[in-house]
Amino acid sequence: MALDLILLFALLLSVIWTVMTVRLVHSVVGLALTSAILAVIIYRLNSPLAAVFELSVCSGLISVIFITTVSFTQRISKDRFLIRRRERLLRFLYLPFIIIVVGLLLVKYLKIPQFSLPLAAGVTNVRLVLWHMRHLDLLGQVIILIAGVFGVVIFFKEPNK
Amino acid sequence: MVTLCILVPFILLLILNLPFKFLNAQVAFWLSAALFLIQVLFVFIHSWLPWSNYPVALGQFFKFKLALDPLALIMLFTIGIVVFVSLLVAKGTITTEKRKFNFINLLLVSLIGMNATVLVADIFSLYVFVEITAVAVFVLMAIEKNRFAIEGTFKYLVLSMIASIFILTSLAFFILACGEISFAGIHNAFLANSNIILLNFAVGLFLCGLFIKCGVVPFHGWVPDAYSEAQSAVSVLLAGIVTKITGVYVLMRLFTSVFVLKETFGNVIMLIGVISIVFAALAAFKQNNIKRMLSYSSISQVGYIILAIGCGTPLAILGAILHFFNHAISKSLLFVNAAVLEKKFESTDMSIITGLGNQLPVTNTTWLVGLLSTAGIPPLSGFWSKLIIIIALFNAQRFAYGGIALLASVLTLAYFLFMERNVFFIKTEAAQEDKGGIPFSLKFCEVLLAAIIIGVGLGLPFILNSKILQLKGFLH
Repeated sequence: MALDLILLFALLLSVIWTVMTVRLVHSVVGLALTSAILAVIIYRLNSPLAAVFELSVCSGLISVIFITTVSFTQRISKDRFLIRRRERLLRFLYLPFIIIVVGLLLVKYLKIPQFSLPLAAGVTNVRLVLWHMRHLDLLGQVIILIAGVFGVVIFFKEPNK
Repeated sequence: MVTLCILVPFILLLILNLPFKFLNAQVAFWLSAALFLIQVLFVFIHSWLPWSNYPVALGQFFKFKLALDPLALIMLFTIGIVVFVSLLVAKGTITTEKRKFNFINLLLVSLIGMNATVLVADIFSLYVFVEITAVAVFVLMAIEKNRFAIEGTFKYLVLSMIASIFILTSLAFFILACGEISFAGIHNAFLANSNIILLNFAVGLFLCGLFIKCGVVPFHGWVPDAYSEAQSAVSVLLAGIVTKITGVYVLMRLFTSVFVLKETFGNVIMLIGVISIVFAALAAFKQNNIKRMLSYSSISQVGYIILAIGCGTPLAILGAILHFFNHAISKSLLFVNAAVLEKKFESTDMSIITGLGNQLPVTNTTWLVGLLSTAGIPPLSGFWSKLIIIIALFNAQRFAYGGIALLASVLTLAYFLFMERNVFFIKTEAAQEDKGGIPFSLKFCEVLLAAIIIGVGLGLPFILNSKILQLKGFLH
């Protein structure tokens, strides 16, 4: 229980940092950290396969893509960095307090109706379900990749206006 | 055999991207135009096709669980028409060949997404294909890459993602409560009345997501920016069909044949519907840009469909389906008209485009047909669907809602006449700078859509009784 609380608190901190930091690279690192903590939480919830997926794709692969994209951008000057940081701090200054206050209020007043959750139907092999029963969703994944490729072509290959 | 509605566009998409030089924008245009027309034709002849009931080798290989019913047929028909019109508008308005080619490819992706959304029989695949449609449209919206279009896209992207989070979370609860995700399984779980608290919670989350996708008030923030800043052909696609399929159709399908709900949910949906109708109609008055005014009008008309779905009686559902079709066609027509004005004057601002008089006879006439149909003036198609919805509301003892819907019709007429007067009738000294001629493809779209509106308006009794669309069958 204590470990779960620590993990959730760490998750919250890394999310806030991801949003509040000025440098894009820091944001990407924050996002990767969030994914990693989430993977641990998912693992503790008895879904090792989902945890591995979260860790490899969301924390690994996506971070690599983000950092590659960030490397195409230019570094802003020191003055603009300072101005940005002040603006951002002012804009998000209240965020941590709001989260803490809302959290405390929810803990104190939210009454979750008591009912027993049904047990999820046991699936022996996720891969089997994906490859043999969900053909349509697999086709969907292929199509979404194609759409993504066109997105990259349009956004990065054509000259900007 | 319905599988072909998804596989044929997919195969065409793959063929178009083979590395052959003769596969250029021109070839892509004709092949995809033929495909869209075949889809429209498919709706009428599918029951006569000799192989329609037999699984072929393709069907055995791709084990897709799809279902074709009268509602799906009407949706396929509407999708076919609007996508065809969008393609023609793109031919007339997109200048570079490369961009035209990319547009056609993404149009095919969105067609696959919408066709599959209409045909799937389980709630997870439904979500997957709604997302595919959305992703294709995000890229399409930014195809011109100007600042405002990207801003509109970003707003749509962020709100759509929030909607997706709601929907995905609710899917988890459905799986937990029902143990499966097919429409039939979820329907049975509702009938068995087990885990009903969990099911209702899941429905609530799903509903929040759908309201954002539908763009109804108060979740409408992205609609005016997205519709008005996108490229003309994309505006037609987005306003004409995409939001309707990914939001309104899903709501219609789930709330009429999958979920079994208490009256409270119906009341919430009706309330949102009526707020959208009135608020968006009032907001439309303030707009100075034609496309923004049409966007607010679109929100208001979607409100009518939502109101009818919330009412839930068979007559109201019939009205909702008809209004869905009419609204898709008339809004596409009005956005095509806006595309003509944008092409000719490079603006849709009403302070610039004013006092056109008889400069554009085809646009002027079809514009009037479109806006009178949207406002519900007989004998155009929009009149019948609004009439059916209002009668259904009165029959269900929802007098207040019926009255508001009736009065809001007058509001719609008022802001449209205001726009008509400003753009065409007002006498002005300032002459607009003519930036070029109107391509034939745009004029053809205007005439085609206006003919459909008049034809459906005059022939509705025949259509209702015919076997073609089997609307009566849906009511039983």
